[in-house]
Amino acid sequence: MFLLALKMLLGDRAKYWMLVGGLAFSSLLMTQQYSVFQGLLSWTTSHMRNMRASIWIVEARVDQVNETKAMRDTDVNRVRSVEGVDFAVPLFQGVLKARAQDGSDKMIQMIGLHSGTLYGRPPRMIAGDITQLRLPNAVIIDTVAAEVNRLGAGMGRPLRIGDAFEINDREARVVGICETERHFFGYPYVFSSYDQALQYAPRQRKMLSMILAEPKPGLNEADVAQRIMKETGLRAFTVPQLEKSTLKWVWANTGIPISFLTTIILGFVVGVAVCGQTFYSFVLENLRNLGALKAMGASNMLLAGMLLLQSMTVGLIGFGIGIGMTALFGLTIAKSGQPPFLMDAAFVFEALAAVLLICALAALFGIRRVAKLEPAIVFRG
Amino acid sequence: MNPTVPSSKTSPQAQPVGQAVGARGIVKAFGVGDARTLALKGADFEAREGELHLIVGPSGCGKTTLLSVLAGTLASDQGEVHLFGTRLTGLSTSEVTRFRCRNIGFIFQQFNLIPTLSLVENVSVPLLLNGAGRREAEAKAAERLQQVGLGGRERQLPTQLSGGQQQRVAIARALVHEPRLVICDEPTSALDSVTGHQIMDLLSGAAQAPGRCVLIVTHDPRVYGYADRISEMEDGRVTGVHAGESLSSFIHSENRS
Repeated sequence: MFLLALKMLLGDRAKYWMLVGGLAFSSLLMTQQYSVFQGLLSWTTSHMRNMRASIWIVEARVDQVNETKAMRDTDVNRVRSVEGVDFAVPLFQGVLKARAQDGSDKMIQMIGLHSGTLYGRPPRMIAGDITQLRLPNAVIIDTVAAEVNRLGAGMGRPLRIGDAFEINDREARVVGICETERHFFGYPYVFSSYDQALQYAPRQRKMLSMILAEPKPGLNEADVAQRIMKETGLRAFTVPQLEKSTLKWVWANTGIPISFLTTIILGFVVGVAVCGQTFYSFVLENLRNLGALKAMGASNMLLAGMLLLQSMTVGLIGFGIGIGMTALFGLTIAKSGQPPFLMDAAFVFEALAAVLLICALAALFGIRRVAKLEPAIVFRG
Repeated sequence: MNPTVPSSKTSPQAQPVGQAVGARGIVKAFGVGDARTLALKGADFEAREGELHLIVGPSGCGKTTLLSVLAGTLASDQGEVHLFGTRLTGLSTSEVTRFRCRNIGFIFQQFNLIPTLSLVENVSVPLLLNGAGRREAEAKAAERLQQVGLGGRERQLPTQLSGGQQQRVAIARALVHEPRLVICDEPTSALDSVTGHQIMDLLSGAAQAPGRCVLIVTHDPRVYGYADRISEMEDGRVTGVHAGESLSSFIHSENRS
């Protein structure tokens, strides 16, 4: 009977495609929007993956990695004096203007690394040697910065090692190219030594953005961070702590999560509305047939099973198409990095569960109708 | 005219030999309050094994309601129904469903074939509901289609057939699981005269099967001649049963009028 139930459904092509289409659209909306949202969230914490460090120390009022409130230079030594800290180095981070060869200004994410240790260096160099950052006016740029429409503007080609551009009227000569994860603000990364970065940046009374620290071998990072906070009054985070705090800040202070969440919920509601309405009308149109089956001896349980199978089948097919379209979106449109895209395996299963819930709800309306159906309906002309 | 009215005093335990269907004092009302309408007002009914039994009467007299109660698709408010010695009124809903599944074949006025299933799939439904495997069910269904003159068209859809052919498919479906009772609701009303007779020939043949009873609700006088007995209904009651000579004179008088 279940095979016949599927044939009943597949035979009504208009309803079948409307159901599949509605569920595919709903799945696409939920998974694509969630993936873009996840991508955006990952951008907010990309700093921590682009400058790997164990402990991040910031001014006491800073809640997230993209925010800086300058500290005093002496704070580095205060952190170094905390027991359990192996070493601590200053870090400059700030958004500056760079001038390309064609004279156009481009915003950059300037990172100044401690020249002695180069701690917080980018994880993957594509060309050049990181130690050359110690040379005067040396910078390492990421692949985004090298693009022809960024700092390569006017060159007619991407920037290479040896090319130069200006930051705040000072020369910056490329000694290496690295790969980074895109920053939340979309600015390309330019790495220099800490001292060099202070030369590039407009002068202020306090210039230290952050302190990066490493605990002594064998010590727990969280314990050391706790000790730094207690003894210096600064805020110290381990990577997971800073990631959590950054995400919490994004949720609390931006409209991004709520707007994406609204779209995801809308996707679910559209799914329920389209699938529920279409499936219910499919049941209503087949009411006499279902009544005939009931008269012939089909139990309510069997008919409920048939309706569930029909709705779950369109659910799985619709979800398959929807998730396929999301993946295609990820592979093509989002390949360029715009918009950000991060497909989360756990959410794929959650979205599948949501789609099957939509189908179960849609089937439930039909099952209620069929359960109340008097088989004698078939005798009424 | 010598109508044989079934006795309402017959005990449920003492089923007459050869009785297929027995109903006593069936009352059925629809609606509530001022809108309450009594469709059956204590109807008594009897049909025997091996007969083709017609239930006739004017529109609104309760024929279809009685048929629904006899088929177990509608619960009566009062009265008892026995089918082949089983007291239907004492069974639970699921037991009645199982009983219907095994023992009753249905032919509906509007055929009620599932339009998206092929003929052989439509006919195999009662067998599948009785637990048969798909191959076995389809093989038997194909055989039945052959018997009703639709061999070779097993994979066609009902919409590709004429009304008469669709009703043949419905007959094949009603008989495929060898039910003891075949219930037909106006089987010829949607058909022309020639096709109607062909359908009645098939149903008449089906009634010849040992131990089977074919029960037909109709107000098509053209088919009265096929009946072994005719129960006449009026105003929610069976007012007369015609058999033998009484049947001939009833048919004669009906055809004259």
